[in-house]
Amino acid sequence: MKNIRYAWFAIVLLTFGQSCKKDSEYLNKQPTNTLSVEATWKDPNLVLSVIGDLYDRYPDFQTIEAWWEFTDFDEAFASNGGDYGRHQNAEFDYGSWNWWDYAYIRDLNVFLKRGQEATALSEADKNRFIAEARFIRAGVYFELVKRMGGVPLITEPMEYNYSGDPTYLQHARAKESEVYDFVISELEAVKNKLPNSASTQSRATKGAALAMESRAALYAASIAKYGVSTGQVSLPGGEVGIPASMATAYYQKSLQAAKEIISDGQYSLYKKNPNLSDNFSSLFTDKGNNPEVIFAKDFKLKTNKVHGYTINNQPRSSAEEQQGGRLNPSLNLVQSFEKLDNTYASLASVDASGNPVYYTGITDIFAGRDARLAGTVILPGTQFKNKTVDIWAGYMLANGTIITGDNFGQTKKDVLPGKPGTVQVVGADGPIDGLEFSAQSGFYVRKYLDPATGSGQIGTRSEVWWIRYRYAEVLLNAAEASFALGDAQGAADYLKPVRDRAGLTTALTAGDMSLDRLVHERRVELAFEGHELWDMKRWRLADKAWNGNAMSAADFTNATNIGVAARTNTQVFGLWAYKYYNPGDANDGKYVFKVVKPSKVTAAHRFRLGNYYSLINQDIINRNPKIVKNPNQ
Amino acid sequence: MRPRFYFLTAALLVLFLGSCKKDNYDAPATDFNGRIVYKDEAINVQYGNVYFELWQPGFGKSGAINVNIDQEGHYSAKLFDGNYKLVFSANQGPFLWPKNAQGAQDTVAVNMSGSKTMDIEVMPYYMVRNSVFTAAAGKVNASCKLEKIITDVNAKDIERAVLYINKTQFVDGSNNLTNQELTGAALADLNNLSFSVTVPTIVPTQNYVFARIGVKISGVEDMIFSPLQKVQF
Repeated sequence: MKNIRYAWFAIVLLTFGQSCKKDSEYLNKQPTNTLSVEATWKDPNLVLSVIGDLYDRYPDFQTIEAWWEFTDFDEAFASNGGDYGRHQNAEFDYGSWNWWDYAYIRDLNVFLKRGQEATALSEADKNRFIAEARFIRAGVYFELVKRMGGVPLITEPMEYNYSGDPTYLQHARAKESEVYDFVISELEAVKNKLPNSASTQSRATKGAALAMESRAALYAASIAKYGVSTGQVSLPGGEVGIPASMATAYYQKSLQAAKEIISDGQYSLYKKNPNLSDNFSSLFTDKGNNPEVIFAKDFKLKTNKVHGYTINNQPRSSAEEQQGGRLNPSLNLVQSFEKLDNTYASLASVDASGNPVYYTGITDIFAGRDARLAGTVILPGTQFKNKTVDIWAGYMLANGTIITGDNFGQTKKDVLPGKPGTVQVVGADGPIDGLEFSAQSGFYVRKYLDPATGSGQIGTRSEVWWIRYRYAEVLLNAAEASFALGDAQGAADYLKPVRDRAGLTTALTAGDMSLDRLVHERRVELAFEGHELWDMKRWRLADKAWNGNAMSAADFTNATNIGVAARTNTQVFGLWAYKYYNPGDANDGKYVFKVVKPSKVTAAHRFRLGNYYSLINQDIINRNPKIVKNPNQ
Repeated sequence: MRPRFYFLTAALLVLFLGSCKKDNYDAPATDFNGRIVYKDEAINVQYGNVYFELWQPGFGKSGAINVNIDQEGHYSAKLFDGNYKLVFSANQGPFLWPKNAQGAQDTVAVNMSGSKTMDIEVMPYYMVRNSVFTAAAGKVNASCKLEKIITDVNAKDIERAVLYINKTQFVDGSNNLTNQELTGAALADLNNLSFSVTVPTIVPTQNYVFARIGVKISGVEDMIFSPLQKVQF
């Protein structure tokens, strides 16, 4: 009995003794699931995780994490049930590509402020973190200005004083040129505080800062130079539009930054594989000592940082899941890869007088072209993961009748005249019009497809990285800037290594240089890398190429204007291979090709002047009446 | 079982009677319609590309009501009664809109109390006059005259004149079977422009097409058109 009484006493003591703590002590518990600001800024590893989050929020338009965005501008067809609408809307919405994330900018500014106040970190760590955050912030303003034009430049975290009057927090839009100037000067300021090392590729380096500077200055320069042709796309306050007089200075800055990367010698073009096409495709997937990659968003298997690009786009016949084949490069893109003698030509489906051309091998029609073609696109009859894709649309009889099927690799019985029995009438990868995952344009994409086993499985996914800046682009920037500054020979010299790697070994001369050439080179070298929209916008070619006029098969047979920068490019076309069936004829068993427009392509894209700078949503203007609207909307 | 059934009925009754309440607001019922005109003549444009904004001040957060102009220059909107301000944003349409003293687009006050028809007067750069369309042996021939309306410092040149034909009555740059473009030297005499296009095979067959002539003014995005004509052959 006594024991029980003692036990009771102990329990009561323990229970009530607890409550004798002061309230303030009891309520002020340190949370166990978040870290305080002070604690974070004592440990470089914790700060690294903060800046990791800031890196992660960096925006991209058109990336391997959003394959469908590559199909918006007729570079590819979206072979996926829910995405056909991308080829059925004539106009781009004024709100397309808009982005306005000042919460992100605030977090960057807060990070910078705390970084400057931090005392417990080593000086080297602190300087690097601050330089990285300034690099990201410059990148964010660059992303903003290329979408929206001039935006308010906020470089300090702003605090509300609860006075009921928030007008002092409202800032007007800076001029478009001022935002570019800010980006360039920030990158100039931090470049020497960042490590200068080619092996650091997913964090900011001197090379990344200079590559971004080179690109930003080039964008500003071309807006100044070509904005003259679209005078309406400007605002009286300079929030949109850069005076033509500033072009030269920006071109010089762009060239200067590119030259600094080149002379530092940290980077070089990727040339590990003697097969030029395979080399070009592994440039994007090889993550071990890749000397070309300057700045990338990295992924890692067995974490939640993996992506499904390969699942979405792997050839259907050899897919590791019951899907794939969504992104089908268009004939528009495919035919723009040059022949090895530096000339442009349509793929010869018909000869000059319009008669069909018969090919013994299905790949023969693509022979003698820029090696980047087969590195960017899976052509019919070529391989991915050591399996040959099966892309052919059916049999064509002597009288032109087509025998085909409506399912992957369908077989039919007694369909070929004089040949009883079951026969496969269409490729296991299509193309079948209107059947998702089949190669509806006749091609599959190869760039960024991961050759690793399991990359096409939902349970594994892919860790191929997304390259934001690479050395070849720096050379193209230098070429474009040199050309604009009147040094055509210099431009040709910068292009040479890039073209040599593509097998185009006949060097271009100064006389060959033109804006058309440079536009073409960027289009084929940087296809599916998220450059297309911004490049066309800054050259003010977007409203000319996406002009709303329908295209026809004649644009793809014996076309003479393939190398013209302002060429109409409003609808996706495809090229389908047929097996010619005519026993006894010399051409029996050979391949013929037809230019087709997928039936899901119903509208011609039209880029209006109001699309050059995206719509600023009305709620942003309501919160801050100092914001002026973008023009032509 | 029975009490539960009653309960269920009562619950449903309460639930559905609740939804019989009137909405807070009546739907907008006032019609606002009319045309955009130059001297009482409608301005023909491409549908869905030209619009004006109606702003109603006094309700805190503001947002414009965009009113689209159809291809024959008509517009129509359902509105609440009240005071609105009407404005074309800069560079909208193939015409000039008056500016105020500060150089911004001027607004027109519109008072709505009951339905209203109003023609909005604008100043086009050009007008397409005397357009004539005729059918001849698988072709559509057309002629017209272009009258330059704005001749002061704001005057602009013509980039191209185009004859469009289509099988439906929507005829413009995005909706056409075929077209013929006149540029450069062919535009030397604006008083006398003539066009001729071959009508392609139409599936299913029809013995008529619709035709319009559009004019692209340099530095102006939206085209101005002639009135629509059905051509029978």
